Amino acid sequence: MDFLSYLISGISLGSIYAIIALGYTMVYGIARMLNFAHGDVIMVGAYMSFMATTRFGWHPLLSVLFAMVVCTVLGIVIEQLAYKPLRAAPSLAVLITAIGVSYFLQNAALLLWSANPKSFSSVVPFDSLRLFNGRLIISGTTIVSIFVCVIIILALNTIVNKTKIGKAMRAVSEDKDAAQLMGVSVNRTISITFAIGSALAAVAGVLLCSAYPILMPTTGAMPGIKAFTAAVFGGIGSIPGAFLGGILLGIIEIFGKAYISTQLSDAIVFAVLIIILIVKPTGLLGKKVLVKV
Amino acid sequence: MLNVSGLQVFYGNIHAIKDVSFYVEEGEIVTLIGANGAGKSTILNTVSGLIRPTAGTIEFLDHSILNLTPHKIVRKRLAHCPEGRRLFLQMSVEENLEMGAYARDDIDMDAEMADVFSRFPILEERRTQLAGSLSGGEQQMLAMGRAMMSKPILLMLDEPSMGLAPILVEQIFDLIVELNETGTTILLVEQNAQMALSIADRGYVLETGSIVTMGNCIDLLNDERVKKAYLGG
Ligand SMILES: Nc1ncnc2c1ncn2[C@@H]1O[C@H](COP(=O)(O)OP(=O)(O)O)[C@@H](O)[C@H]1O
Ligand SMILES: [Mg+2]
Repeated sequence: MDFLSYLISGISLGSIYAIIALGYTMVYGIARMLNFAHGDVIMVGAYMSFMATTRFGWHPLLSVLFAMVVCTVLGIVIEQLAYKPLRAAPSLAVLITAIGVSYFLQNAALLLWSANPKSFSSVVPFDSLRLFNGRLIISGTTIVSIFVCVIIILALNTIVNKTKIGKAMRAVSEDKDAAQLMGVSVNRTISITFAIGSALAAVAGVLLCSAYPILMPTTGAMPGIKAFTAAVFGGIGSIPGAFLGGILLGIIEIFGKAYISTQLSDAIVFAVLIIILIVKPTGLLGKKVLVKV
Repeated sequence: MLNVSGLQVFYGNIHAIKDVSFYVEEGEIVTLIGANGAGKSTILNTVSGLIRPTAGTIEFLDHSILNLTPHKIVRKRLAHCPEGRRLFLQMSVEENLEMGAYARDDIDMDAEMADVFSRFPILEERRTQLAGSLSGGEQQMLAMGRAMMSKPILLMLDEPSMGLAPILVEQIFDLIVELNETGTTILLVEQNAQMALSIADRGYVLETGSIVTMGNCIDLLNDERVKKAYLGG
């Protein structure tokens, strides 16, 4: 029964990683950049939800929407101010800028909300589910995280495969110049991608703090790095890869904590990443490049 | 229709295009021929906005398009079918055609697609397959079909015959002539000078970034220098 309980916790944590990893992977796929500030957008989202419920007394669900709106705007503003001017710059310059934006967000949060951890109360109103005469207890947050992740994946899949903007995104990710020649605005497509990724980060932030209720300015950093790992693990640029990578990472982390060592669980996660990348450098679902003359 | 004048393009320190001027009138097929590396693709990329020139003017339908981004230029119905086809290999045949019509909101997608399929029945058979799984010839048909989907009034084609079997080259050139007869003006870049000059009205010969000869195709076909350098004679 423990095993099942760990597995479900792992899938749930993995669902949150997957939602964050989607933001990394979509931005990478389309703008070919690693947005290291993505993790901190999660933290901003969680603070927004926290403020909305505690200060303004809003309904938790409304607070999530509020967090999504603020993060969407934040994502677009970051892209326009920090990354857009560097579109033609070497990727190292972009990477350093992204790290700068990450520290900027953390320090701004420190200034606004201080370093004192806030205790975040779950936005999930459901009680825990008790199965097998109470031998297996699954929290409402766990169930909702998995459910939300599945909904997001299905929705993104539809957007990317069926809508005009989704096709434009795929076209830009494959060949920017050819996409422009078809009439696609690369800048607009990148903005939309940042908007979607940041809205998802807000959702992830709220779910994360609902599951692990300590909120502080560095809350987003570690999950951000792990989700980035998940994206690379699954094959960066691939949406199903981010999903698979996130879930697997969550499971590995929880099993590592449960069966090997709590202290070493992060080390185990990264060791797995290194092994996967040695065996398959493009990640689990990384794309092979098709070339034909 | 298209008027390019005094064009200068640099890649860093490389002076790729040196004071190039040319024009295309409505209804014409104009060809730009020259050896590999002469600067043909650079000229097309500059006209479609992918590359910014350091000097020169580019006018389309009497308006400057010099400062427009590529996606705005396509909306003026100036299409560019780039060198090497540049299909979206991870997208299906159908999706590639849809991307061709991306800039046009007023289009009847099904009718346009039916038109492309009537010319290239093989594409209809493969409509759900990924473009990357097509043969070279099929990919070129798809690239032409994708360009047709935008219903351009000026179509720029960069080496559409590259790497194709002679029978396919024939078919592609027939299509170019047909598109021209149904009202599309064509700017054709080719290394296959013989073929290009045989279907075009006028031609420009480009050597290391400069236009060295121009004129009616009949004259160019009989020009001693052109014969020596480009027609194997
Ligand atoms: N992206 C680039 N960077 C640097 N030099 C380039 C680039 N593209 C083309 N060139 C150079 O510009 C010249 C013209 O190239 P191009 O326009 O591709 O010629 P063509 O299409 O006639 O074969 C060549 O000398 C080529 O090496
Ligand atoms: Mg070329």
